[in-house]
Amino acid sequence: MGKLGLIIKREYLAKVKNKSFIIMTFLSPILMVGMVALVLYLAMLNDSDKKVITVLNESSFFKEDFNSTESTSVIRFKNISLEQAKDSTEQLGHYGLVFIPNGNSLEEVANASYFFSKESPTDGFLDDLEDIFQYRLKQKRLEHLGVSPEQYSAISKNFSIHTATFQGKENLKGLNELNAIIGGGFGYLIMMFIIIYGSFVMRSVIEEKTSRVIEVIISSVKPFQLMMGKIIGTSLAGVTQFTIWVLSGSLLFLVVFLIFDLDVTALQNGGTNLPQAQAIQVASSGMEDNVQKFAEMFVQIPWVSLFSFFLVYFILGYLIYSSIYAAIGAAVDNETDTQQFMLPVISPLMLAIYVGFISVFSNPHGPVAVGFSLFPLTSPIVMLMRLSSGIGEGGVPVWQLVVSIALLLVTFLSIVWLAAKIYRIGILMYGKKPSYKDLYKWLKY
Amino acid sequence: MNTILAAKGVSKKFGDHTALNNVSLEIPKNCIYGLLGPNGAGKTTLIRIINQITYPDTGTVFFDGEPLQPEHIATIGYLPEERGLYKSMKVGEQALYLAQLKGLSKKEATKRLKYWFDRLDIGDWWNKKVQELSKGMAQKIQFVVTVLHQPKLLIFDEPFSGFDPINANIIKDEILHLKEEGASIIFSTHRMESVEELCEYIALIHQSEKILDGKLSDIKKQYKNNIFNVGLQVSEKNDVLQKLEEKHKIWTPSYNKEDEQLDFKIQLTSNNTGALLGYLSEKGKVNHFVETIPSANDIFIQTVKSKTK
Repeated sequence: MGKLGLIIKREYLAKVKNKSFIIMTFLSPILMVGMVALVLYLAMLNDSDKKVITVLNESSFFKEDFNSTESTSVIRFKNISLEQAKDSTEQLGHYGLVFIPNGNSLEEVANASYFFSKESPTDGFLDDLEDIFQYRLKQKRLEHLGVSPEQYSAISKNFSIHTATFQGKENLKGLNELNAIIGGGFGYLIMMFIIIYGSFVMRSVIEEKTSRVIEVIISSVKPFQLMMGKIIGTSLAGVTQFTIWVLSGSLLFLVVFLIFDLDVTALQNGGTNLPQAQAIQVASSGMEDNVQKFAEMFVQIPWVSLFSFFLVYFILGYLIYSSIYAAIGAAVDNETDTQQFMLPVISPLMLAIYVGFISVFSNPHGPVAVGFSLFPLTSPIVMLMRLSSGIGEGGVPVWQLVVSIALLLVTFLSIVWLAAKIYRIGILMYGKKPSYKDLYKWLKY
Repeated sequence: MNTILAAKGVSKKFGDHTALNNVSLEIPKNCIYGLLGPNGAGKTTLIRIINQITYPDTGTVFFDGEPLQPEHIATIGYLPEERGLYKSMKVGEQALYLAQLKGLSKKEATKRLKYWFDRLDIGDWWNKKVQELSKGMAQKIQFVVTVLHQPKLLIFDEPFSGFDPINANIIKDEILHLKEEGASIIFSTHRMESVEELCEYIALIHQSEKILDGKLSDIKKQYKNNIFNVGLQVSEKNDVLQKLEEKHKIWTPSYNKEDEQLDFKIQLTSNNTGALLGYLSEKGKVNHFVETIPSANDIFIQTVKSKTK
């Protein structure tokens, strides 16, 4: 233990004292938050750039429908010709002109209406514009069938079904999605951690080889001790860096959100560009409800078990992958030679993330999700995505969890054993770029 | 127990390649033991087995009478041929780390390092980074780290590579000093003049097998083949040479007319020199008559050539 402790300490300090590591640790959150702030700022700029449209309505319909909103101002023309309206709209530099000609019926008028603009308008803008016409047309058609505008408003009210498990536990809609997002977040965290700090381990092994310090060390400690010390030391440095990132990142985000606070809510409603009489009603009634629901969902997430299993899967998954990285580092002489071995390592991780986001999102307990959450090279990521929906009733069956962890443990032991063998031979081999065949031979030495 | 290390029938294979084939040798205590052999002969494998970096397929190694165990590592000091230091670490920190890995306490290691740094006049390097040092400077630090924990057995693989002649001499003196203090030393090198100078015993490994070992002076005696350098003062050389060539093999005869001196090398069939000396004295004055003793270099080349399969 003494020697292992020494190695861990050295690896940790070597990493933490490294200049580029320090710079990355403190610069990354600033960069990240800076980017988000920039995006928010740009969105705000975009927002404040109000679209001004002009409306020339010659008909008796749509009198009340075009109103200024936060993102769009409306100027009404009266008693001028279409040509004059076009000219003045263009000369004043406004976004476009809605032209509604006179006609006998609503449908005739709608069909003859035009939107003139300098550039082709955005899809979102057009959708909103079309919605206004659509709403009136629907109302008109229903009126023909004897439905009054009030009745139509009542009809178009949204309906949502109540859901519950067989035991009567009330389900919340959207919980699956939220679960998947949180689980996905954890899975993504594991993948990033493995890729970043796994290659740190690899580079550190290569450094020992190229500086030829390895044989000196190996005559004092067992190669396995050195490998494990390296992996543990590097991951502790990683945890340190991650903690600093999370703390300083959230602090900075808090600051940024305080600065941009009002605009964030504006952003959520900012999707609508055009005045919409009906949309506003729906939105205002839904908001408070959503927040409450979200809070309820948040409480429903099984945080304790999620965190404990995060630790289990994180530690085992990271150890598996970083010992593979260490073995690769030991097998080669320089970093360029690692390419041929990297793809097979990265691909299960990538696969796990994609399968996770596509399959687990839509069906967290479907056969694909179950399969990938049992397969040990993908289970750390996929199982975590599934676990956010809980264990047992309504969540991951206990047997799957047991099998998954058992498989992961067995894989962990055998991979570390194999990696240590390759590592032991590889660190003393110089000058030759090994093939997979060589690695296989080393296993038998 | 007079041997610090004994290998008994040690074999090691890497796949199809045999690195060591049934090698046995005994290394006496408190001597300098030269481990010789051409490149790729298996020396490094043997050294790695002694350091428990790899393990023999068959055979056993005994350290101070006991089968080799992990605890012995703390009593062995190894300076590998492929050696280096962590480039971005400070000299002092690094030396401390390596010493602690060998089982010294931090306090003790610091004390001894201070002593050695003063002794080799490198005290002001403590806070330098390794990448600022020259190759020879880094080698000195590695030497210090190798001997710091006062091992019973020291293994030096090409210890003088990278040193200028002055520093090579300093290191050579330190090695001799360590021997005087009681350490046993295995010394692997291709530089035969340092073998000649330092080693009392040698073993020659060639093509994975030990082909020769023993006390260097004994081996030299064995390899004497009754060749003598002769200087004879004689007025008529042809007659003498003709007569001698009838019975013996003669090399490089040369005659200096002014001094009337005939020099040549002669090989006798036995160590009995009486008859020849008698004959030579009759013919003229024998200025010198010296048996040639083969150098380590000669023995190395001769043995390796004759045993190459």
